[in-house]
Amino acid sequence: VENVRLLDRLSSRKAALGTLYLTATHVIFVENGSETRKETWVLHSQISSIEKQATTATGCPLLIRCKNFQVIQLVIPQERDCHDVYISLIRLARPVKYEELYCFSFNPKLDKEEREQGWKLVDLNEEYNRMGIPNNYWQISDVNRDYGVCDSYPTEVYVPKSATAHIIVGSSKFRSRRRFPALSYYCKDNNACICRSSQPLSGFSARCLEDEQMLQAIRKANPGSDFIYVVDTRPKLNAMANRAAGKGYENEDNYSNIKFQFIGIENIHVMRNSLQKMLEVCELKSPSMSDFLWGLENSGWLKHIKAIMDAGIFIAKAVAEEGVSVLVHCSDGWDRTAQVCSVASLLLDPYYRTMKGFMVLIEKDWVSFGHKFNHRYGNLDGDPKEISPVIDQFIECVWQLMEQFPCAFEFNERFLIHIQHHIYSCQFGNFLCNSPKERRELKIQERTYSLWAHLWKNRTDYLNPLYRSDHSQTQGTLHPQMAPCNFLYKFWSGMYNRFEKGLHPRQSVTDYLMAVKEETQQLEEELEVLGERLANLQKSQLNDNKFKSKPQDRSKQLGLSTSNNSLANTPQEYSNDLKSFPSRSPSQGDEEDSALILTQDNLKSSDPDLSANSDQESGVEDLSCRSPSGGGCLPSEDSGKDSDEAVFLAV
Amino acid sequence: MLRSSQPLTGPNRKRCREDEMLLGTVLDEGERGFIIDTRSAQAAKQARMTGGGTEPKSSYPRWRRLHRPLERGRPLQESFIKLVEACNDTSINMDRWLSRLESCRWLSHVKAALSTACLAAQCMDREEASVLVHGAEGTDTTLLVTALARVILDPSCRTLVGFQGLLEREWIEAGHPFHLRCARSAYSHARLKQEAPLFLLFLDCVWQLSRQFPFSLEFGEHLLLTLFDNAYASDYGTFLCNNEKERSLCKVKESTHSLWAWLNQPGEKKKYLNPLYSHNALVIWPSVEPQSIQLWQGLFFRWIRSSQYLDEAWAEIERLVEGN
Repeated sequence: VENVRLLDRLSSRKAALGTLYLTATHVIFVENGSETRKETWVLHSQISSIEKQATTATGCPLLIRCKNFQVIQLVIPQERDCHDVYISLIRLARPVKYEELYCFSFNPKLDKEEREQGWKLVDLNEEYNRMGIPNNYWQISDVNRDYGVCDSYPTEVYVPKSATAHIIVGSSKFRSRRRFPALSYYCKDNNACICRSSQPLSGFSARCLEDEQMLQAIRKANPGSDFIYVVDTRPKLNAMANRAAGKGYENEDNYSNIKFQFIGIENIHVMRNSLQKMLEVCELKSPSMSDFLWGLENSGWLKHIKAIMDAGIFIAKAVAEEGVSVLVHCSDGWDRTAQVCSVASLLLDPYYRTMKGFMVLIEKDWVSFGHKFNHRYGNLDGDPKEISPVIDQFIECVWQLMEQFPCAFEFNERFLIHIQHHIYSCQFGNFLCNSPKERRELKIQERTYSLWAHLWKNRTDYLNPLYRSDHSQTQGTLHPQMAPCNFLYKFWSGMYNRFEKGLHPRQSVTDYLMAVKEETQQLEEELEVLGERLANLQKSQLNDNKFKSKPQDRSKQLGLSTSNNSLANTPQEYSNDLKSFPSRSPSQGDEEDSALILTQDNLKSSDPDLSANSDQESGVEDLSCRSPSGGGCLPSEDSGKDSDEAVFLAV
Repeated sequence: MLRSSQPLTGPNRKRCREDEMLLGTVLDEGERGFIIDTRSAQAAKQARMTGGGTEPKSSYPRWRRLHRPLERGRPLQESFIKLVEACNDTSINMDRWLSRLESCRWLSHVKAALSTACLAAQCMDREEASVLVHGAEGTDTTLLVTALARVILDPSCRTLVGFQGLLEREWIEAGHPFHLRCARSAYSHARLKQEAPLFLLFLDCVWQLSRQFPFSLEFGEHLLLTLFDNAYASDYGTFLCNNEKERSLCKVKESTHSLWAWLNQPGEKKKYLNPLYSHNALVIWPSVEPQSIQLWQGLFFRWIRSSQYLDEAWAEIERLVEGN
């Protein structure tokens, strides 16, 4: 469709005119004229909702909201075209079959072996070995080898030595969705562990010998403690209500030597609504500080983040400080349980704070333990009530921790943002379907590519320059303050306002420091080489004093310029928050002056387009993502690295 | 950019030829100027009853007046006190923290101050117009706006030495009554009438700038905290008294030491420098969206929460930049 306008959300003046294309996998907007021809690419998988707004004199507005929080506002001149686009997008954004998804047509031009290698990058058996398993207390069990016991669990699970197949099977019958207690994390220093499961089908009074034996087995696997914690991450009321449906929670009377604990984290519906409300705040035009703070509090979002974090902290403390094992569950053991186990593991083990370790963590606690990616993130069109930002919340917990402990993580914010992006993008096969079983049936590894390999290849973009494996923050357990610390939870504008350029600093400290680090390294290597050469020369010219060496002047060579034009930015509309008043006529009194808006018209400024003026000041054009020209050719790489700085994302 | 106090128009709309001529000569042929009045239109009008007022359009035809009300005086001090109370309150639940923060209004004041300073800067830089800033007395919000606008516009004010010079000229010499304004701070029960944290508000705004432009200020948070401390209680005479006249009468220069002299000693200076600094010749335009304005944790939680991890991060940054 031609003559479509793409509006800038913050400044309604800056509208780009161009052509809109729809392909099988993307929506593409290409700006007209100008040498730059900026392109905006949006994957259909990313589209969360499409809103057709009332036709105005300028055309028919269409608002596309994406799962990665990008919001695209188009104005299509003809109502009929707009309707066609709308209907098409609705269909394209709601695929019915997996084969429609981008990952099945994405071609990064790797051969079969490279694809396989990509999938092998993260190996869970290696991970459990790293933890020190199997050992005297823990073993690997293949009781679920054909997904016969639990269809959402992996084929290999780790269980206490004293848990026989009989016990496992019996316990699974007493657990919602058959999700029996299995190992998530083992601490070899003190034998304490984190196990996870779903809720027991205890109702008001049902018991199951094997399930009780299972918990005992977990306790016995830790000789250092004579009890285990059982943590139910649901609010007490919800858990109690479940009893009426024949489910519920563990009764301390029936299970010997357990200490039961509720840690109230709300359910997926509350979280979905919370995010919705927060995004509404983000969409406010020129909100006051009040609007923003009230809106944010009203959404409850940060409160939920804190709840998840507090649960993780509780478990990490139990394991690291008390040396007590913990069994975690919620209802089905695939949402809050995953969040809480991953946060706890991250706090406990510095390995998970490395790039590779983080990938392993997600593979372990989310992918292998059957988190329902398809239902939660809408790979395919499904029940809107199943959609919920579960992994988004976990990723945000990691970001909050990164803000509190800037030296503790090997990866940076961009890493997290790109992972979130790709959970929704379906460009890679890692996060498809609802369970390992489904992925195996679809032969995902043979037909798609692994995100981890892709991120690993580009890992220099994702490094945190402040990370040093020998730094105190990277050793051992992280101890976030629990109270008082409400203020420590910040609004993550890097994620939720990701595409609003004006809100973020033009130049990233991370990128600058990475460049400094690299250059220092290069110079040090050069210095070494030159030093060797010097030594050799001196040896061979012992009697010749004419040779002089020049010391390296590192400071001069570190020619990094931060004061280049890309630092310049443009003023936003500082007068937006004033109400509009008609412009003043000479006969009126002073009252009118109070509301004069500093607008283009009032000032009769010499340049008609402020934005053009600002570009001149800023010199270098905005970083725009180039995607391969022509709609038919699929982009061969994720240009996400530019996406933080540029408004337009090319994928 | 000019600053002054309010014109004494009074209820009878008095005029003053000299004042009109003065403002007239500031503008070039065909140029127009902006008057940024830091009071609301209503407050400015009411000021006439007590002898003050605003510049009538008819007498100052080439000046356009804009009102940008900024909080000052008692309400600002209350805002500060409430914020400090909220920060110290360990009983607040997460689901009420943000509304509590909002009810203090401090961040709204930061946003308003930054917006107004940006407006002044925009008039000068974008519209190439002259700007006159005044409130009532010209000693509080006026200085807040002009000093902040300087930091935004002028790279030389963003160096350590330049910033000190800015403080000397736009706050100290300009007559901000430090002795009255920075008397007892937030914990005192005294609730003095003349006390108000304008200078702290200024420092907070500068801190916001340093966060949004991490490479553009030669100094870091430590300097701002030190300035905050010294404004209230100091070993040095720099922030003593209320104006130059009092300082002269008290013989401050003869009997005390200067804070700047101490700060600029090579050994001390290092602590205040920003390792990421790189001269930025351009204007820095901050975002005043609520998401971009954060609570200055380094100040308000200074004694409540350890800054150990952040300090370690800065140490790491210094180490990297100095090339190990």
